[in-house]
Amino acid sequence: MKPRSALATAVALALVTLTAPAVAEPNPQEWEAVLADADGQTVYWNAWGGDARTNRYIAWVAEQMQENYNVRVEHVKLDDTSSAVARVLGEQQAGNDSEGSIDLIWINGENFAAMREQNLLFGPFAESLPNFALTYPDENPEVVTDFTLPTEGYESPWGKAQITFYYDSAQIDTPPQSIEELLTWAKAHPGQFSYPRIPDFTGSTFLKQSLIELTEQDDALYAPVEDAKFEEITAPLWAYLDELHPHLWRSGRSFPDSGPNLRTLMSDGELSLAFSFYPTDAAVAVMEYELPESVRGYVLEDGTLGNVHFVAIPYNSPHTAGAMALANFLLSPEAQAQKQSLSMWGDRSVLAIQQLEPSDQALFEQGDHHPSALPADALSSTLAEPHPSWMNALQEAWLERYGVN
Amino acid sequence: MLRLAPLLILALLVIPVTAGLGMVLLPAFGYLPVLGSEQANLSAWQMLFAQPGLGRSVTVSFVSGLASTALALLIVVLFLAASQGTWLDRSLRRLVSPLLAIPHAAVAFGFAFLIAPSGLMARLISPWLSGWEAPPDALIVNDPWGLALTFGLVLKEAPFLLLMSLAALPQLQAEQRLRLARSLGYAPTLAWLKVVLPSLYPLIRLPVYAVIAYATSVVDMALILGPRLPPTLSVSILGWFNDPDLTRRFMASAAAVLQLGVTLAALISWWLLEQLARRLGQRWLTNGERTRGDTAVRLIGRAGFSVASVAALAALVGLVLFSVAGFWRFPELLPQSFTVDHWQRSASMLAGPLANTALIALLSTGLAAVLVVATLENEQRQQLHPTRSLWLLYLPLLVPQIAFLYGLVVAAERWGIRPQMALVVAGHLLFVLPYVYLSLAETYRRLDPRWLYIAQSLGVSRRRAFWRVRLPLIIAPLLTSVAVGLAVSIGQYLPTQLLGAGRVPTVTTEAVALASGSNRRLIGVWAIVQAGLPLLGFMLAIALPRWLGVPKRTTPTTQSQG
Repeated sequence: MKPRSALATAVALALVTLTAPAVAEPNPQEWEAVLADADGQTVYWNAWGGDARTNRYIAWVAEQMQENYNVRVEHVKLDDTSSAVARVLGEQQAGNDSEGSIDLIWINGENFAAMREQNLLFGPFAESLPNFALTYPDENPEVVTDFTLPTEGYESPWGKAQITFYYDSAQIDTPPQSIEELLTWAKAHPGQFSYPRIPDFTGSTFLKQSLIELTEQDDALYAPVEDAKFEEITAPLWAYLDELHPHLWRSGRSFPDSGPNLRTLMSDGELSLAFSFYPTDAAVAVMEYELPESVRGYVLEDGTLGNVHFVAIPYNSPHTAGAMALANFLLSPEAQAQKQSLSMWGDRSVLAIQQLEPSDQALFEQGDHHPSALPADALSSTLAEPHPSWMNALQEAWLERYGVN
Repeated sequence: MLRLAPLLILALLVIPVTAGLGMVLLPAFGYLPVLGSEQANLSAWQMLFAQPGLGRSVTVSFVSGLASTALALLIVVLFLAASQGTWLDRSLRRLVSPLLAIPHAAVAFGFAFLIAPSGLMARLISPWLSGWEAPPDALIVNDPWGLALTFGLVLKEAPFLLLMSLAALPQLQAEQRLRLARSLGYAPTLAWLKVVLPSLYPLIRLPVYAVIAYATSVVDMALILGPRLPPTLSVSILGWFNDPDLTRRFMASAAAVLQLGVTLAALISWWLLEQLARRLGQRWLTNGERTRGDTAVRLIGRAGFSVASVAALAALVGLVLFSVAGFWRFPELLPQSFTVDHWQRSASMLAGPLANTALIALLSTGLAAVLVVATLENEQRQQLHPTRSLWLLYLPLLVPQIAFLYGLVVAAERWGIRPQMALVVAGHLLFVLPYVYLSLAETYRRLDPRWLYIAQSLGVSRRRAFWRVRLPLIIAPLLTSVAVGLAVSIGQYLPTQLLGAGRVPTVTTEAVALASGSNRRLIGVWAIVQAGLPLLGFMLAIALPRWLGVPKRTTPTTQSQG
């Protein structure tokens, strides 16, 4: 891993140096100059727009940026982040290397890996952002690691997600505490659980969660997939799914189309157990009348997959200074505290809150705990994301097995 | 100037479509230098054909497209045959515009909630009749054979075909034909089927073809109602184009070419069916049978269209309920509480998208109307027969969006045209213009030329005659076709998102982005806003001529008689 990533950095640095004279990029090291350049720019921020609360938070950020830095932020609402990746690639294909239409992308995982591989990202910039130090990366390696890949400054951390299960406590007393218990539970409650259809992101995460719990060879998951071993490592997963599917919603003949769709089915009373990547999802859904107040969230006893989501700047963005100013603001205690507040969005902070100034720490203090939200200590047992190549390999294998009913 | 109009139209429509197709064909055969492939090869096709379930995807796209069109056409034809000008018939006809105005995705969402096991219909009978305390675990929406998708499509296609038929009917002198047939002893509905339909069908043939092309490649409705294991071809293509694994773009391009093939195959199959129907129909037309089946046709005709309309309206009611719903769980028929929270929260986000939507729709429809009228006026002045090359007008309707739009984005980039409002307007024009032409051309051509002869004999110039005589006479149908154009523009998702790089948010792009979050209450709010705009357009199209005091009579003779 190490020599390869060093090589990649070298190549990337060489590329940046080569293109530098042509595209007068601001130097992230000189922060005052960056802010001066950013003044008056418009930043097109491409971010998934499926959640009204996220959208509202981004609108708040836009107001702050306008007021404090004279940077206009336009939220380009995507229904799928990968369409932004596809657009940057299309621009590269057409030879548009300096006037791209995207200045900042909300990204992580395989989308980041794909963009890095194609040299579609600007950087390294993240480590030069003044607020980046507040994440204390040496103690919190997850803010510089994306699905095992070192971010190398090509994306800046923004928030944290972790798989969280939720159930209706009025209907269920004891929800399953592990993937294995889930099978027993599903047999006893046929048709009341499902996961999103692969290749959906949340659905794929369920596969990884199951694989981590079921296989004995966890170490292999944190390196690129080796074809020779794939069958052997994943065999327990397929055996498990073969047994689980007949007891799922619609007997496994159809699957919900997205993570949020699980919540809708839960709200319709079709499912009584579901999961989400956003720990506050259930509490928020209760506040928005979607779920009954008896809904409770929890994390499996051996922990669940968690990851950090980031923002990255495409290589052909014409407003890199504005984008960096925005990325830096997103890491400010003020913006992170707003984001984490349940009444705004409820997305967890990437800052090392305990190490902040006391006045900044105070920003993160919330009011009453929502009964449907997780207990404060529940998210300590976080499992790390496997190497991104596993995502693709699992998706293809799943579609091969279950893609046609 | 006028003579240039047809050429301009063709250039505006044909160049983007061919350029877009070209940019998809190249990678389909292995040429995409950015991803390091410059050698022509077939690996994209090999990869495509190795995809699990490809055959089923293709079959479902093909069958649901053809079946929904056939069913919609049948419903419309039987309804028209049964239509006797009663109160019910007139009310159903009046429903056409509102039904057309509801965007496809909104109908799909509403319809899904209507027929789902936890949906409105199940709630209506639960638990008092069905005994269901929890929704039954039945696969209705997203069924593997695309039945839900097919019925969903019918809900949108039937109003469109009815509008097209109603626009074409007046020139057939249906009343006279019917009177003659009735005097020969034919029962009313059979008379209509035997003497009016054979002349009507050729006039609505192109709209039917457009419907087939649309239905075989539809994305939004298929995402919501269509099968998932595997999804329809168009939905798979969307996923592959957006796959973070960039090498899949080759396969996506190949699949886009395959989609074009599937649509073409469906069109050819329909053409063959037409030939077959003509052969078989010939004997039935002349067999002298005058009354048998009349009652059945009348009942089915009214029932079919009523059911389709009621289903579409019920779908809309579901959306309205959700937009103001508090907590609402199965099997409650109505929400436990009502709230305006969802509307309040969306209100602040509505202004920008609403303004963009209106601007784009007005610009693209305005341009389209000017170009179409110019072309038709030119045709009249030169006394040209409708030229054959004009079928090229329908190219953007016959070539699936998903097959050329991704290529068009690359082509536009290559020509240095950056995503912006103007490009979005041009993109909308591709789809708005054919529909405006489709809904105006026949009326324009059949306008009695004697009005103009009279005007000219009074010494009025042709230009003045156009402004003072022809335009007032066609203002009502022109406004209707403008309303159709507005509705088409407002509903566009892919062209807006791709050509505007998402920088030109409209009500529709916002609605689709929010739909990915699966929050039905918000989807309800946005779908209603989305449906409200074109509805406003249709209402204005009906009201404006009345305010303007436009004359209703369109032939000089009736005036002299009256």
